[in-house]
Amino acid sequence: MSIFVDEHTKVIVQGLTGGQGRFHGLRNRDYGTKIVAGVTPGKGGQDVEGIPIYDTVSEAKAATGANASFVSVPPSAAPDAILEAGAAGIPFVVCITEGIPAQDEARVYNLLKREFSGTRLLGPNCPGIISPGKCNIGITAGEIALPGGPVGIVSRSGTLTYQALYDLKQKGIGVTTCVGIGGDPVPGTNFIDCLAAFEADPETRAVVMIGEIGGTDEEKAAEFIAKEMAKPVVAYIAGVTAPPGKKMGHAGAIISGSKGTAKAKMEALAAAGVTVAQNPTEAAELMAEVVATLG
Amino acid sequence: MDLFEYQGKQYFARFGIPVSPGGVADTVDEAVVQADKAGYPVVVKAQVQVGGRGKAGGIKLAADAGEVRAHAGAILGMDIKGHVVRRLWVEHASDIAKEYYASFTLDRAAKMHLGMVSARGGIDIEQVAEEDPGAIARAHVDPSVGITESQARRLVDEAGLDPEAGDGAVDILLKLYRCYVEGDADLVEINPLILTPDGRVHALDAKVTLDDNAAFRHPEWDEFRGLEQLDERDRLAKEKGLQYVGLDGEVGIIANGAGLAMSTCDVVNQVGGRPANFLDIGGGANAQVMANALEVINHDPKVKSIFINIFGGITRGEEVANGIVQALGTVEIKAPIVIRLDGTNADEGRAILKEKVSDRLLAEPTMLDAARRAVALAGGASK
Repeated sequence: MSIFVDEHTKVIVQGLTGGQGRFHGLRNRDYGTKIVAGVTPGKGGQDVEGIPIYDTVSEAKAATGANASFVSVPPSAAPDAILEAGAAGIPFVVCITEGIPAQDEARVYNLLKREFSGTRLLGPNCPGIISPGKCNIGITAGEIALPGGPVGIVSRSGTLTYQALYDLKQKGIGVTTCVGIGGDPVPGTNFIDCLAAFEADPETRAVVMIGEIGGTDEEKAAEFIAKEMAKPVVAYIAGVTAPPGKKMGHAGAIISGSKGTAKAKMEALAAAGVTVAQNPTEAAELMAEVVATLG
Repeated sequence: MDLFEYQGKQYFARFGIPVSPGGVADTVDEAVVQADKAGYPVVVKAQVQVGGRGKAGGIKLAADAGEVRAHAGAILGMDIKGHVVRRLWVEHASDIAKEYYASFTLDRAAKMHLGMVSARGGIDIEQVAEEDPGAIARAHVDPSVGITESQARRLVDEAGLDPEAGDGAVDILLKLYRCYVEGDADLVEINPLILTPDGRVHALDAKVTLDDNAAFRHPEWDEFRGLEQLDERDRLAKEKGLQYVGLDGEVGIIANGAGLAMSTCDVVNQVGGRPANFLDIGGGANAQVMANALEVINHDPKVKSIFINIFGGITRGEEVANGIVQALGTVEIKAPIVIRLDGTNADEGRAILKEKVSDRLLAEPTMLDAARRAVALAGGASK
């Protein structure tokens, strides 16, 4: 099993006729993902390498039975694209768009929650999600992930996610699902959503969690792990040496005042019984030890 | 982007938030002209983006043109915590009966906007929060709904502002929220928000942080640019469109991805070195971007070694390696480079780099090994 997406997931790509959307959408299809349609207003009736394009998400959904959407459109168009998917009743929306204004993100998050509560948004500004061997939505290079299990990955950072997938593959450890929740201030899906889903997934038996400075989501995740999780968690937090008040690339990665430091997050996780690694390589090594004890 | 006080006040004024009449001055003569226009007495204020201006002597009251001349002369060129004063804001001095506080920002944990009002203004709000958290009234505003007048009034009442300030404060809060949302700010803060003896409420200071992601719909922000006080490295990086943060160490860092770049800084620190910077070149690593990154690092005289840490995902190892080799051909690098290349087609990439290996260009298989080598080359204690 896997979480959120699997071999039955039918995906439409909003922005399939654009440069990025086409590149990643076709890569995802090559991986084996069921990419069933594209949506670009005004280009309905065309196709991209055999994938039919529709004008609206509703039409695409009605024609193909899609149950997920991959939003790859510019920041100015992304909020409306996400809401359109929500309004069409798409249950799972992945948005990789980087650079959406925070005001729009906050508005879209709350609108989705209130008006289209059946829709889960992953991202924005995230690498996407991959259930290796089954479904890959987003920009992850599929070949660096080993299918199977028993490990689930949830991460705020893109390259560190790939690093984790790759390190685990080198050690012969498979992954059920790897979720990149993204580095923006208002992620649609957070650590706890993913940890809860992994806890409920019978094939996932341990979880790698990769966090970074900024916000308090890692601390909240620690509380959740302590109370609700039986499965072992190995965590790594980037940004021990980050200075306060400076954005480290991601809009969300910023230490403000005394809040959001890597040290506070690592301490909270350790106190919750999580094995905390000092660097990404060590995270994979520690996970290998955990997997060895699973039998 | 953080605005200077005078820019913040100009931004506030666009949304109808009352501020004192005043103007900008870069010279003593200009300060006198602005003071004459604003009407005496005036306050001469250093425009630097750092707290504690008043204590440092960067804010002075002047009763006449002579005093303006003296104060402006003293403040221009003054060094306040490493920030040199190049610009003044001269405004009509207000009589102050009471000092309050008001702000809006995003509460990431609640995923909603947070409005805060306090009757204890004029001092650092974090200090108030620590000493007397009950003195700050807070209200969450649903970003998809917006603030209502009754919500604003409740905030003002709960904060215990004086009754005569009530209507003025509510009006300012509603305008401040508009400024925050329509103005695409990450933070808008008025501290102090003052009540004058004749019962008027207005903003005596302005702290505004704009959301750079929203720049595409604010062409008017261009006028704020170019005035930020960046150090030379930051300025060059910004010009090249790189995600760069200057730090104080000796090991220059280039990585692809923000998380990996942060992690690289951490690992350098763990093995006893100190990162000179954070630099994220993004998902790929083409030759031009790599050359730009190396050029920025080259500009930092403190850098003793450079650690390039690349994980190939979609970008393949050989593309990355070729990019690095090409970049090395276009930029003359002062410090030795250690490269760690991993991920998709890493072996092919390493093979390309191997031909170029010298005492100025080294390759290591893992992040830790590379960090140790880079730190040793920088003369730091490698653990």
